Amino acid sequence: MTATVPVSYALFLAILLFGIGTVGLLSRRNMLFMLLSIEVMLNAAGLAFVAAGARWAQPDGQVMFFFILAMAAAEVAVGLALVLRLYHQRETLDADAADELKG
Amino acid sequence: MLRLLWLVPALPLAGFLILVILGRSLPKRWAGVIGAGSVGLSALVTFAVAGSYVGATALPDGIFVQRLWTWWTVAGLHPEIAFRLDALSLVMILVVTGVGFLIHLYSTEFMADDEGYARFFAYMNLFVASMLVLLLASNLVLLLLGWEGVGLCSYLLIGFWYQDPDNGHAARKAFVVTRVGDVALTIGLFFLFHHLGTLDVHELMTRASAQWTVGSGLATTAALLLLGGAVGKSAQLPLQTWLPDAMAGPTPVSALIHAATMVTAGVYLIARTHVLFALSPTAMHVVAIVGTLTLLMAGIAALGQRDIKRVLAYSTISQIGYMFLALGVGAWSAAIFHFMTHAFFKALLFLGAGAIIHSLHHEHDIYKMGGLRKQLPTTFWTFVAASGALAGFPLVTAGFYSKDMILGSAFSSPMGGVWLWLGGLVGAFLTGLYIFRVVFVAFYGEPERELERTPGGLIRGPLIVLGILSIVGGFIEMPGTLGGVHILTGLLHRTLPALPEHAATGTEAWLEIAASLASLAGIGLAWALFYGRRATVEGFVARPTGAALRRFAHSGLGFDWLYDTLLVRPYVWLARINRRDVVDRVVRFIGDVCLALNPALAAMQNGRVRWYAAGVVFGAVLLVGLVVF
Repeated sequence: MTATVPVSYALFLAILLFGIGTVGLLSRRNMLFMLLSIEVMLNAAGLAFVAAGARWAQPDGQVMFFFILAMAAAEVAVGLALVLRLYHQRETLDADAADELKG
Repeated sequence: MLRLLWLVPALPLAGFLILVILGRSLPKRWAGVIGAGSVGLSALVTFAVAGSYVGATALPDGIFVQRLWTWWTVAGLHPEIAFRLDALSLVMILVVTGVGFLIHLYSTEFMADDEGYARFFAYMNLFVASMLVLLLASNLVLLLLGWEGVGLCSYLLIGFWYQDPDNGHAARKAFVVTRVGDVALTIGLFFLFHHLGTLDVHELMTRASAQWTVGSGLATTAALLLLGGAVGKSAQLPLQTWLPDAMAGPTPVSALIHAATMVTAGVYLIARTHVLFALSPTAMHVVAIVGTLTLLMAGIAALGQRDIKRVLAYSTISQIGYMFLALGVGAWSAAIFHFMTHAFFKALLFLGAGAIIHSLHHEHDIYKMGGLRKQLPTTFWTFVAASGALAGFPLVTAGFYSKDMILGSAFSSPMGGVWLWLGGLVGAFLTGLYIFRVVFVAFYGEPERELERTPGGLIRGPLIVLGILSIVGGFIEMPGTLGGVHILTGLLHRTLPALPEHAATGTEAWLEIAASLASLAGIGLAWALFYGRRATVEGFVARPTGAALRRFAHSGLGFDWLYDTLLVRPYVWLARINRRDVVDRVVRFIGDVCLALNPALAAMQNGRVRWYAAGVVFGAVLLVGLVVF
């Protein structure tokens, strides 16, 4: 076997990706970019699962990644549909424009 | 036949239930039939029960107890729904159902034009049922149920014409003032249960006489607490102020409350627990003094009234004072005898007054009546018979024999004395004066106005029956000097102990002559002043001292003013000071904090998705931080 990548590297990468996704989600106002940021965060979580599965030589991590993939696809489908409806109604993709539910 | 005892209170109760459920849909005629009929049937059952009770000599201690079921069982207290028949309760229920029926019969005509006809009979039936439960209760818890039921019904009936706020006020006053006594009674029951472990009357009396010695502090405390309840219900000093105002109710209600039921509940309570009172000479003495002071005070107050019903109200207070005097000197039978005759003639007086008021456009002022002797002959003759009985007109009236028995006992009983006797004698004089003042002012002289209508048969019938009873009711019990008939005491002594010894015949005769003279002097003075020379009285009242005296008597010797100044005003004043209640402040503080925090929290709900996401992130970081560190 070739030299393995230590699991901590993979986890640091996952944290980094998750942080980038979070910052993107909070700083962007465009809905599409917010959805993209969420995808980044999801994949960061997936990476952490795969890395952990490799570390302990268990298939569960990869199984979880498949779930995440499927879920991400579903989420994007619903999310994009909502974005389209919103755009049709308001002619904008600004998330802060849709604040009718304020208390 | 004794097995039918439970029907006695059950029938009026059933009448009440029918009238309450179906009242609005029943035609008036049927409401009256059910209302009066249920009490009438109850009276018939009572007569049947009385017949078999008098015949049954084999009963242990002369007590028949009918147990129906156990009411509840809590911590050693398991009161039963059980009715106890003995000579005392028998005499009481006979009078209550008999006189009660006559009053119901009278009401069917008297209330005929009233909108709340069915409601009236529903309350009246519940009243009679409660009173019968009170009288027949074999334990003090059940007695308290009847006691409170009577209080509730008096509230409902005094405020029967609720559209006038004054009537509601009178009803509330009656309820609140009697409540003061009821609290004392309830504490008394707690006290008795705590010390003797039972509230069954028979058991309680046995244990009390076994465990407590004569004059012990515990017995005195218990007796005085019960006396507090009795004083409230029976309108004795110092809780008498509610009764004159209770005249706000329809007149048959006054007759029912004041003659047959409610106000005699206190007398009955003391007679029922006489063993306890016998253990405490102090309490007995208090009872006698309360009675004497009340009868004098009410007699004076009655002289100053213009409203015919208020005269009768004070007269009731005064006559119950006589019963208390009798109880206080240990003459239990005399008190019950006077209760019986009083029920006859006082019911008659109220019903007679009602007939006058009914005929005169609801006129209550005796000085606006006048000359009714010719216009209302039946009412006049029965009213005179009842007034004679009330005043104790010698030899031919029932009231003479019962009052004479009380005065004789007050003089000769070891617990009595000359002063108590003298008080009663002055009271007899006042009684003759104030009641014949009403007779001469209202019935003699020139007619003041036309009659609106004349009373019909259903009003005259009960008047005549009660008139006869007011005359002959006393002949069942006559002193030794006048033939010595002892039917009533013979019966009552199965339950109540007799006085230890009687005065010598010579003294007895003198006492009777003195009582007769006092009563005749009162009547004579009333005749001289109010029939003969009305001008003398008017001249006296016109002077400042006379006017002040009249006002003093009219206000019931100022007790209302006294309580108003001592209790009501300070209370209202305190309530006003404490308007911003301390407790309220604590509660309001919580509300104020919430209201202050509200804008801040509401601002956070700004509807921006990114803001919420930031909240989620912040929360997640916080949680992770908590887990890691």
